[in-house]
Amino acid sequence: MLKKFTHGTIERNVILLSVLTLITVSIGGLAQIVPLFTVESTIERVQGVRPYTPLELMGRNIYVREGCYACHSQMVRPFRDENERYGHYSLAAESMYDRPFQWGSKRTGPDLARVGGRYSDDWQAAHLRAPRDLVPDTVMPAYAFLDRPLDYSGIEAHLRAQRALGVPYTEEMVANARADLEAQARPDADASGFSSRYARARQAAFDGNPQRVTEMDALVAYLQMLGTLVDFRDVTPEQLRQQ
Amino acid sequence: MASASMAASPGNWAAARQGTGVAYVEDPIRAFAIATMFWGIVGFLVGVVIASQLAWPALNLGLEWTSFGRLRPVHTSAVIFAFGGNALLGTSLYIVQRTCRARLWGGEEMGWWLFWGYQFFIVTAALGYVLGVTQGKEYAEPEWFSDLWLTVLWVMYLLAYAGTIMRREEPHIYVANWFFLAFIITVALLHIGNNVSLPLALTSTFSYAAPAGVQGAMIQWWYGHNAVGFFLTAGFLGMMYYFIPKQAERPVYSYRLSIVHFWSIIFLYIWAGPHHLHYTALPDWAQTLGMVFSVMLWMPSWGGMINGIMTLSGAWDKLRTNAGLRFSVTAVAFYGMSTFEGPVMSIKAVNSLSHYTDWTIGHVHSGALGWNGFITFGALYWLIPVLWKRARMWSEALIAWHFWLATLGIVLYITAMWVSGIMQGLMWRAYDELGFLQYSFIETVAAMHPYYVIRALGGVLYLSGAILMAWNVFKTITAGEEVEEARVAAPAAQPVPAE
Repeated sequence: MLKKFTHGTIERNVILLSVLTLITVSIGGLAQIVPLFTVESTIERVQGVRPYTPLELMGRNIYVREGCYACHSQMVRPFRDENERYGHYSLAAESMYDRPFQWGSKRTGPDLARVGGRYSDDWQAAHLRAPRDLVPDTVMPAYAFLDRPLDYSGIEAHLRAQRALGVPYTEEMVANARADLEAQARPDADASGFSSRYARARQAAFDGNPQRVTEMDALVAYLQMLGTLVDFRDVTPEQLRQQ
Repeated sequence: MASASMAASPGNWAAARQGTGVAYVEDPIRAFAIATMFWGIVGFLVGVVIASQLAWPALNLGLEWTSFGRLRPVHTSAVIFAFGGNALLGTSLYIVQRTCRARLWGGEEMGWWLFWGYQFFIVTAALGYVLGVTQGKEYAEPEWFSDLWLTVLWVMYLLAYAGTIMRREEPHIYVANWFFLAFIITVALLHIGNNVSLPLALTSTFSYAAPAGVQGAMIQWWYGHNAVGFFLTAGFLGMMYYFIPKQAERPVYSYRLSIVHFWSIIFLYIWAGPHHLHYTALPDWAQTLGMVFSVMLWMPSWGGMINGIMTLSGAWDKLRTNAGLRFSVTAVAFYGMSTFEGPVMSIKAVNSLSHYTDWTIGHVHSGALGWNGFITFGALYWLIPVLWKRARMWSEALIAWHFWLATLGIVLYITAMWVSGIMQGLMWRAYDELGFLQYSFIETVAAMHPYYVIRALGGVLYLSGAILMAWNVFKTITAGEEVEEARVAAPAAQPVPAE
């Protein structure tokens, strides 16, 4: 009844060839991607990870815009030398709000996953403006042009878009986004509301000038919080276990 | 150059061709060939620029538009999607018509739509990078509006391709077309899967990716690795399965091997993505799967290499006389080399050293310059005389010069990156006798300088070869010896079904 099935059958029928191809190439991707959304322990159960403050979020977008990921990873691997050079290995939980993720694939420059607090704000801003003034052998481009006003007219829309994708920004955070952004860049602004909304967020004149909010403020604010949210003194091995 | 060549193109000579009775669509394919040459030189040139920036950072010029971070995606997209993409579109549309003995579905208009639509995508994407409009995911940098445009275009491409196959007069679908079909279908799947994002507003060029963190990373490298697997491998294997038999005037070495090669490579490749995420926060089970499948991938890759190279059985002498064929065969050799190196680097113990270093960059370039570049050059050296009805390329000597310049360039490039990559990896993990890390990070950067200079020199040689090629192509089109009927009457050798 059935004719002998040979490859000739497939290669005479473009629909059959296409459908079989589609099935063949779908299997691996489904097997690797779907469980990451369904297995709960993929994200470690640690405390402290919060959504980015509005200023940090804008800084992160500048980091993405400038393609920093082409030379800097944000993913410390669990090796002795990386532990000593950069700190505790990175957790999935620490990038759970990162859109897009910025783990990177190349270290022309050092890993930045835990660069927060390593250097002063002044050092970071000066280094971004003229890297070779501080580190003669570096090959990093100069980013002096970041000393220009930050455009944050759409900051509420940014938080809303993030919330639509699942980041737990509250209505209050969205409503105060502009005020929070400005407060973080001014060390002397009243920020009781800001600090209560964003734990461990620091206020500072990140670019050295409290008068105006610049792209430099945003980028330095972002760099200075990287890897600082989880306090590893409180973390137990059980919490870090992934399946 | 484009206008000169278009003017010189002999109109609708395909329609007038005797013998096959099919009026093949060829004008858009000529345009794709020119665009491949043009974008190749743009992409190689930007590559030389950014390689030089790493050796001499003053070349970043302190301007936002010329910094390494913004130019790097211009380079990667220009070589992969503009050079490689135009080569794939052009050759696939040529091959599908010849091997099916059917006119392109959608005709001349479809060909031109695909051509101009694709150039528009390239230009919007590249302009975006320079201006800072990017999704921030490697090899998937174009923002949501460019992505949507490409999706529409890609569906048209699939329709044109499958539609042409449906019109075929040959009972069997030739093996090159299996690979091109898999390339078109899978790239559609990857492109859509990795670009799900939420634009800030319909008037905004900015969007946020839908998946975050670890899921985003897995999806990105499922995409990223299979952009290599299906764009840069399956599609280019389609070229190999047509142009090497054509140039060698021999049928494909083994029909059975073609079948095994095809199904095993498309099944296994898609699993290999997690080897880009070894020792990261991606769960171990996924990393292990990625490693195991990457090692298995070595087998079908070499199956394909053997099928390509052994096609020359009985025709090895042609390597001495046909410089174009030399490119194609060397391409397959580089393919074999990088598909061996890849599985080695996917082993976690090796990857712990190689990851984040220049070794990866060298590996990618032995594939891109050696395999993708050379197979494209070989195809074009065969195709240009055919498309413009010339007896041969204008200068065989220039092809030989191109070959040796490019080969020397690759050798400089990959050896420099092996040395710098392995050295960098070893320096990062070196301890002194007191148990402290021996090198600060900046010492490892300073140690890279000589190798970055050598790498840039390798790039200059490769670029010089491509410029010689462009000149040769220009002269062939404008001053080559004309023939009435180019040497293409018969379709590629058909495999015999296994029954």
